[in-house]
This record gives sequence, C-alpha cells and structure tokens, in this order.
Amino acid sequence: MKLWEKYFTPASVDEATALLVQFAGGARIVAGGTDLLVEAKASEHEPFQALIDITRIPEMTSIRADDAYVYIGGGVTHTEIVKSPLVLAHAICLAESCGVIGGPQVRNVATLGGNVAHALPAGDGTTSLVALDAEAEVIFQGTRSWMPLAALFRGPGVSLLNPTRDLLIGFRFHKLGAGAGTAFERIMRPQGVALPVLSCAVWVSLDGAAFGEVRACIAPNGPVPTRLTPVEKLLAGQPVSEDVIASACALARETVTVRTSKYRATSEYRVEMADVLLRRTLHQACARAGLAVPA
Amino acid sequence: MTRLSLTINGKPVEFDADESRTLAHFLRYDLGLTGTKIGCEEAECGICTVLVDGTPVDSCVYPAFKAAGREITTIEGLANGHLHPLQAHFIKHGAVQCGFCTPGLIMTSCALLNENPAPTKDEIKHALKDTFCRCTGYSSVTNAIQSAAAEMRGDAPVPVNEPSVDEPMDVVSRSVEPQEVREKVTGAAKFTDDYVFDGMAFARTLRSPYPHAKILSIDTAKARAFPGVLSVMTHADVPGENLHGLVYRDWPVLCDTVVRYVGDAVAILAAETQEIADAALKLIEVRYEPLPVVADPKYAHSPDAPVLHPNHPTGNLLKHIKVRHGDIEAGFAEADVVVEHEYRTPTTEHAFLEPECAIGIPAGYQDYDKLTVFVGSQIPYQDRDQIAKAMNLGQEDVRVIGTLIGGGFGGKEDIAGQIHVAMLASALKRPVKMLYTRQESLIFHPKRHATIIRIKTGAKRDGRLTAIEAELYGDGGAYASLSDKVMTRATTHATGPYVVPNAKIDCYAMYTNNTPSGAFRGFGVTQSAFAVEQNMDMVAQALDMDPIELRRINAQRVGVTTATGQLLRESVGLLETIDDVQRDMRAHHADEGFKWGWTTGTKAYGWGLACAYKNTGLGGGAPDKSEAEVEAFEDGTFEVRTAAADMGQGIAHVVAQMAAEELHVPYERVKVLLCDTDLTPNGGPTTASRQTYVTGNAARLAAGALRQAMSQTAAEMVDHAPETVRYEEGLMRFDDVRLDYGSVAQWMKQHGVQPRAKYEYWAPKTAPLGTGGDMHVAFSYATQAALVEVDLETGEVHVLKVVSSTDIGRAINPLMLQGQIEGGIVMALGNCLTESFILEEGVPWSRFLGRYKMPSIKHAPEIISHLVEHRAADGPYGAKGVGEIPSINTTPAICNAITNATGVRIYAIPVDQDALLRAMKKGERAVTTAWHDVR
Repeated sequence: MKLWEKYFTPASVDEATALLVQFAGGARIVAGGTDLLVEAKASEHEPFQALIDITRIPEMTSIRADDAYVYIGGGVTHTEIVKSPLVLAHAICLAESCGVIGGPQVRNVATLGGNVAHALPAGDGTTSLVALDAEAEVIFQGTRSWMPLAALFRGPGVSLLNPTRDLLIGFRFHKLGAGAGTAFERIMRPQGVALPVLSCAVWVSLDGAAFGEVRACIAPNGPVPTRLTPVEKLLAGQPVSEDVIASACALARETVTVRTSKYRATSEYRVEMADVLLRRTLHQACARAGLAVPA
Repeated sequence: MTRLSLTINGKPVEFDADESRTLAHFLRYDLGLTGTKIGCEEAECGICTVLVDGTPVDSCVYPAFKAAGREITTIEGLANGHLHPLQAHFIKHGAVQCGFCTPGLIMTSCALLNENPAPTKDEIKHALKDTFCRCTGYSSVTNAIQSAAAEMRGDAPVPVNEPSVDEPMDVVSRSVEPQEVREKVTGAAKFTDDYVFDGMAFARTLRSPYPHAKILSIDTAKARAFPGVLSVMTHADVPGENLHGLVYRDWPVLCDTVVRYVGDAVAILAAETQEIADAALKLIEVRYEPLPVVADPKYAHSPDAPVLHPNHPTGNLLKHIKVRHGDIEAGFAEADVVVEHEYRTPTTEHAFLEPECAIGIPAGYQDYDKLTVFVGSQIPYQDRDQIAKAMNLGQEDVRVIGTLIGGGFGGKEDIAGQIHVAMLASALKRPVKMLYTRQESLIFHPKRHATIIRIKTGAKRDGRLTAIEAELYGDGGAYASLSDKVMTRATTHATGPYVVPNAKIDCYAMYTNNTPSGAFRGFGVTQSAFAVEQNMDMVAQALDMDPIELRRINAQRVGVTTATGQLLRESVGLLETIDDVQRDMRAHHADEGFKWGWTTGTKAYGWGLACAYKNTGLGGGAPDKSEAEVEAFEDGTFEVRTAAADMGQGIAHVVAQMAAEELHVPYERVKVLLCDTDLTPNGGPTTASRQTYVTGNAARLAAGALRQAMSQTAAEMVDHAPETVRYEEGLMRFDDVRLDYGSVAQWMKQHGVQPRAKYEYWAPKTAPLGTGGDMHVAFSYATQAALVEVDLETGEVHVLKVVSSTDIGRAINPLMLQGQIEGGIVMALGNCLTESFILEEGVPWSRFLGRYKMPSIKHAPEIISHLVEHRAADGPYGAKGVGEIPSINTTPAICNAITNATGVRIYAIPVDQDALLRAMKKGERAVTTAWHDVR
C-alpha cells in the first residue's frame, strides 16, 4: 500500500518550511515515521503528496547546552537522548522515558519531536518534558517562537501544530541545579497495545532535608498532559519522609482522573498505580538529589 | 522514478526507484535482496531489521529515500567467504528453526556486538526486545549470541546446551545440523514471497467487513476499469465446487450469498503491480445487509441464535463430543472431596512470522506442464486436492510445490490463497502472487479455540481420583476447519494424564460468526489442561496433600486404561518426568529447603507444577499413513523424498537422520526433497505431532529397503553371500572387498534397475472414540514447573524459571528437539500471560500485530529441560511426537505458581495483573476475568 508519493530531505528549517508552503497542506513533516506511517497504513490513509523528513536539518538534530538550558532538537532520536551525557546529567527522567519507548529499532529512528507532535496524553517523552517544565520552539502560523510545552496540547491526539503547515523545531529545559533530581517510571500490561497503563515523572529540588520545589506529571490523567499541582504544593517545604510521601500519594489518588479502559486498565487499578509510581519516583528522585528518604 | 544512491553491503548502488518505496520493499523487490524478511509492516516484529550506518532499523517502515547516501548492511552482507560468527553460532546452538526471523535476529545481534563485545543476558534481552522469534523460545538465541561474541573477542565459545540422551546411535540421537540451515542464516533460503517469475501479476483479496451479512450485490466494474488491473473474480468465476474444508467442506472459495465472519473472501483481483492491486481493491463495490451476529458459543447453542450453516444437520452445533467411562454417579458418590470450577480461555493467534503467500503458475508457462501452486503449507496433498475440486480439475492436473515455511504451528493447514491464485493464474495465463499483509493474516486464518470449561473432579481421602465430569464449549467460529478434531482432543484429554475410573465429558464445538478456529499447537489439549491441572492442585489442597504426591498416585503408567478405554501397554514415562522436575525444584532450594510459595519485600514467589499428555498421530480410527522414497545417486549421495511439511520443527533433518542411520552412511550424504506433489510421495498432514513417527517410519523403512536392495546387488557384483555384508565408514564390505554406494547405484542403473525404494507406512490401526479400543498409537508425557514472581504493588507477573521433563520416546536430534521444547514453553507462556485475540461482537479488535502481544525475549524465562526416553515400540527407533506437548502444561503450571505465591486462583487467561492486584488487595481468592473483560 502506497503511503506517500514524494520524499524530501531538506537541509535547513527554511527549506522545510518552503516545502510546506509549496505543497499547501499536501505535505507532512516526518521524522522517524514509526508512528505516522504505521498509523497511516492502519487507517488506510490516502497517500500523502509528500513527506518532508527533518532528520537532516542540523539545528533539529543536535543536543546542546548553554549556561541555563539544555536544548534538544525535534529530530533527535530516542536512542540519542538515552545516550546523551547532557540528558543523563540534567534530565535522567527523560532518558528513562525515552528508553522504554518501543524497541531499539524504533528508538533508533523515532524522535522526541514526533512523540510530542502526536499529542498523546501519555507519550512517555512528553510526561518527562512536562515534569522538566520544558518549552518548545515552533514555527506556528509562520512565526518562530518558544512556548510552554503544555500549550502544544489541545486534546487527546490533537496538537496545536498543524503537521502540514507548522514545525516543531526543538525543546529546552533548565539545567539541573544542585540538590535536584528527576525520575520516571511507568506500568505496562503485557497484553494488547503498547500504551502505558500509567506513567509518572517527577522533578524534585531539595532544600536541605525538605522538599523545595517539586514538579510531578502522571499520565494519562485527563485529555492533555498536566502537572499534579495539588501534590506539588503539598510537598513543597515539607520534610523528606515516608509519611510526607505517603500523604502526597494519598492526595494523588484523590487528584487523578483516570478512567477505566478495557484496552488498558480499570480506574481502580490506575489509582493504585498513581500511588505506587509517585512513591517510587519520589524516592528515586530524592536519592538522585542526594538524600535517601528516611524510613 | 528518482535516482537513489546509497551503499549496500559495501557496494555503491545507484537505482531509479519510486520515492514511495520503503527500504524493505526496495531491497527485496527492486534489488532482489530477499534475505531481509517482512513480518508486519508495523515496526512491531523486528524481523526486517537492517543496519543503516551500523544502526539497526525496521526497514518495513523506513522510507528508502531516507537511506540516501547511507551505508546499508543486510543479512547478505555478513558472510564474507565464510560465515559470520553469529551465523555460525546460530547454527551451532540450534537457534534456527523456521529461519524466517533469523536474518532479523542476526542483524539486530550484529549491531549489538559491534557496540558491546561482551553482552550480558540482560543486555541481549534489551537489544532484542522487539525482534521476535516464534519458534526457538530465545534460549538458544541468547547462547548463540554470547558464544559468537566470545569467539569474536578471542575467548572460548559458550558450550552448546546439549541435552543428554540414552543410547545415541551413529546418526540418530545426534545433534546434526538441520537441512538448509546455512541458507537460512545467510538469507539465501527462499520462502514463497522470495520467488520471482517473469510476467508475474499481483493479487489481493476483498474481505467482508461484517461478521454476518447477506451479500446483496457485487459490482466489479470500477475495479476492472482501473488501469493495470488484469482480472477481478467473484464466486461466479469459481470453475468447480465453490467450497473447501479439511474435515467438512463448508467454506466458500468466494462468498456468494452470505458472509459469516470479518475476513470472509468476497472477491479477488490481480494487477500489474502490488500497488495497483491495493488501490483497485477499494473500487470493488459490495452491498451488504448486516445480519444478527452469533458472537458467543453458548448463545450459538441456544434456540434463539440464527443458524449459520443451514445445511449442517445439527445447526450451530458443529459436533457434540462425548467421553463415557465407568459410572459417573458412583464415582462421585465414593469421592471424599469434590472440586468444581469454570475456566475460560481466549482465542489466540499463531503469529507465525511469515504471513501467508501463494503463487499460481498456469499450465503451459515455461516448463510447468500443469497448473502449479507454490505455497508454504502444512498439507500439500490436501491443498492439491482442494485446488483441483475448486478448479474442476483432476488431482493429477494440479501440482503443489511446498516452499520453506516461516512458521506454522497449525495455522497453515487450511486453504489460504492457494485456490485464488490458481483461479487468477489460469484465467490470466500468467503467474500470480497473493501475499497477505500481516493485518489480513490476522483476521483471516483459523485460530486457537476460545473455550469455556466446567470441570468437576472427585477424589478419595487417600488421593485416588474417583471421577471427572466436564463440559466444554469450543468457539469454532464461522467454518469447521479442524474444530471437530481439535475439540475431540480437548475432550479425550480432559482427564489429564491420570487414571480416572469414572468420567463423563461433553464437548460442544459450536459455529459462531467469530474468526474460524482450527489447529494450533496443543490442539485443544492446551485448553483442557488449563482447567484439569488447576483442579488437581485444588483437590490436593482439599486433601491437604502435596500436589506432586497427588499426581504420582494417579499418574498413568503401563498397564492402566485411559478414560477412552485404551490400555497403555508401553512407553508411559510420566512418573520419571515428575521425578526430574521435582529433583530440580528441590535443587533450586538446596540451601533452605523446598517451599511452594514465599514473600520477600514487595514480591511474592511461587512454584507451580502441571503434567500433560498428548497423542502422537491422527488416531480415533483415521487411517494414518505416510509415504517416503529414498534414492541413491552415483556420487554416493542419497535423497529422501516425501511431502511432509517442515515449518521449522525439523522433519527434514529427522528423515535424513533416519535414512542415514538405516543406510549406515554419514548424515551429510543425505539430502531431502519435501513437498512437491509431482516429485515426492504423500507424507500426510503435518499435524497431531505425527511426522517423526509416521513419516519417520516411512523414511526409515524406505531407506532400509534400499539398503537391502543395494546390498543384494553389491553381493552379486562381488559374488559374495548377501548376508555377509557389513557396513563400515559409509561403505559396504564383504570380507576384504569394499564397495561404495555410488558404484552400486551406477551398476544398478546400468542394469536397468532404479536404485531407489519407496515405502508406504501405515501407523497401527486406531479405534474411534466411543468404541473403547486404542484411540492412539502413542502418547508423549511431560511435567513442567514454573517459578513466578508477582509484584505485590502492581500485580505484574514474571516467570523466572521453567523446569521441564518430557517423555518423547527417543530424541532423534537432541538439540533441535530441545528447541521444540523451549519454543513450545515460551509460546505457552504467551498463552498464559500475554496473548488474546480480541473480537468484539464478531469484529476483530486485534487486527494489527501491535494489538496482539506475543512473548519477546524479555519474557523468556530460564528453561531447564530434561528428556525421558521411554521407547514406543512402533515409533521409529522408539520415538514419539514432541511438536505439541511442550505447549500444554506451561499455562497451568504458571497459574498454579501464581496461586502458591499469592493465594489467588486464576480462572481466566491471559492473567490480568489488574484483576490480580485488586483481588490481592481485597483478600479475594479468585480471578475470573481476563484482560478486556472489564466494563
């Protein structure tokens, strides 16, 4: 089954956007293609007039840092993220989440930009980017700008960006300060689709033996990825202890809105997993920040 | 067309290609590099893996032009005058069965070793997580990779995990190299889709989107008018009888008035290219009137259900199968404990990695003097006969040539595209290929039966079973396929491998509008064992008896009678298999004493054990015969010819070993030709674990007859008494005179005698169910124990270890036989934990491979397997069947282990961690729902 007609590999963002304009809605941005092409085949989509492969655009395929931020191009593969010393140093949760997506062959071509552009409510990379309070650089309606990651999500599978007109160039998030740590974990079921039953990413900044600022994202939790703001507030300023973490987990159980899906899990199970995952990731992130949770 | 420049296996390539090509299609269909296989086109199975600049990628979803300027390495590029160490060690460790996934496994491993010269088992699991193999169970693959890595580092290779056997002979009971294994590891092996014929057209099948509907009209005009379309055919174009079927002829070649399942074939077309065929298929217009759907076997049995096959005399009840033995009421009256429960098993999918493919060649094309079909099928002669009936031809007017088969497991017994390509090729006078997509394969072919099994087991205080009463419902789906036989086996084996003096078992095989069910490794016994063996553990618990002791007390042994009235006269090794497994379980706890279950932190652990038996051969009164022919050539080599399908299980090397043993020649001198209905005599269906026994005997006896004839001739040639012949080092010797087989063959030919012998072997006669005679020629026996870990916080279940012992009569090829056992166990682990083909009111939800999870290397447990060799008197060298027995008791062993770990009993599979966790949290003792049952 033919899935596309023409295939372009532009060498610059300008060239890519020019092609989008030229095809006036008939061309699709593609990176690894592991979601796009599989979905197009499954839905028996009419062939795209053109695919515009952004993985040979240097500014979209590098990981770099300046004093404040780590930058990851939208066309960076999951494997490159998993192996990146910069990511491992500043956002190990992102390496953990990118390391469980698909298998090695998929991670070798699939990109973080593609993961986010698909706007899945529980894209593993997305969940960690939310906890990292990441921003995305986009060309949206012809204008290039940085915006909060959350602004890209309009609904389950619905992105702000139109993949035939707009472009997701890359991401940035703050470097990890001293006394800070991150962690990601997810629960899968061994049957059916490879979508997480629930996943959780946290970013923790310690203030001595207490939680300073905390960011946590459990997904899927509603139609778009969101932070667990009440839980974050509860933790801020509290001593790092089993009791405090237990009360945060108890609040997470109350806070999450997880529905029963016969393809994934019951809401009852997912609530349990919210508790388990938040506890496990908080422990891990604290340990990485330099403080083992006292028993 | 656009110029594509890249490097492939070190050579620059410039090719004018279509920009819409995937890399896999470009390699296979444009460049003819067919070593790269396509399994799913969903980036799920990984067998299409090639390296792009050294990085493994799924070539099936990788645009060819994305690879522009890159360096591509395929399986064809690995061997450089000699085999790559991975290729050599895959062979040495027995890591190649069907060979279809082998290129993908090797390429993925190659990338791993380039990066990591000494990978641990966990690192191998990580790297190969999404490169699937349905045959091996991954143990041998892991050993092969580590062994190759060691050799590449200059270290000593990993020793081959060779099972020990009794009394190895010269060739038999030796782990010789399988036939065509070198072709499989280098990518040279040809499966059906790898064949190319001049002028070949490409076909597609239009399938019903409804589970049950009336066909109001079929309009093919638009499709016919589409440029490049060569032919569109419907039921009106079937030249002969518009029905096929292996047991009941109830399945339309092309539906005429009604469709009975999603996937029923309605029209076929052929076009100049695959892409044109794909596009034109959407232009065939069919108007349907949906009819009420029968989606459940119990509903199918109710008077309210619409009757799906009005010509079938018992309506939706395809068959009521009964076992009656002793006095069931008296049996339960004398029982001190009675355990009764209901179990459910889902529809499951073979997921052989090679989707179905058939190529039709018209009579008169090149040297083909008759209508010929190339296909990887388990039953070539019945394919031929079914094609002939539908084509209105004589059986001798059709030739079926069996290609290599990329896995079957029972799923390639029914007709797929064989008749359709015969129709199109004959009409067009051109070769026509019909390759199913993975998604089409999933919805089309018969599956393992979903069952509902209620079983009641009675026992006396001393542990002796007194009675078993059972009721089984089997969802046969839309067409009969092998439902009658499969559900009969589920029924006759529903006592388990035990002495049960009183039994009453009723099975209802039902027609529904679900995907048809048919043969699948285990053949119904996989389902009944799930119920039987868990009831056994509960009987033991009720009696406060060790579950192993309970099984020992009741185990079948020589001299007892089965519930179908068969006196077991020999070859019942069940008790020894229990001994082996119990010894290993105890050894695992050498330090602290054996225990069935324990908890450490947030993890619960448990052992579970289950026994099984499985018939060898068709049995039940069906005549079971095979023919084989052995020919000697003047160069001293031999050829064994038989139409017995090798789908990776290894009948090719089995018959070659037996022939070599009988001829007293080295194995390397015997080649095998399988499955050409014009050149090879009928080896019968590859089903019922029968080939080693039945076709093995035919090959053994044919080889023996040839040796006799050649010895006679040799004696005449040298003027010695024939009985003084001795066989030494591949030669015949009379006193001091030595003669090689080649010269004898030459002499025979010169004297007008063909140096070949054919044998038609009839397995011992069996008796139909209900007559009380011997239903089967032999049974294989097995015991397995599983060690599981259950996460008490998440309900996740991991199988850490499986210990197995199997009585197979004799191991003809110990290493490859072990591969059958390991592969069977991992496949059964999938049955227990991961696999469920989901239908919603007759509509398959599992219509993508991405929605059907089979076990990956990550799920593969440590497997320890022992062999017990209780010779079967009539089996070749004492051998019995092994194909199915390993896939029977793994599921109940795991479920018993989960109970011993958590106290929760699993009544429905695949095990649902969600329901298990909820049960544990609430202190409930039973899980009665599976994944997808939640509302």
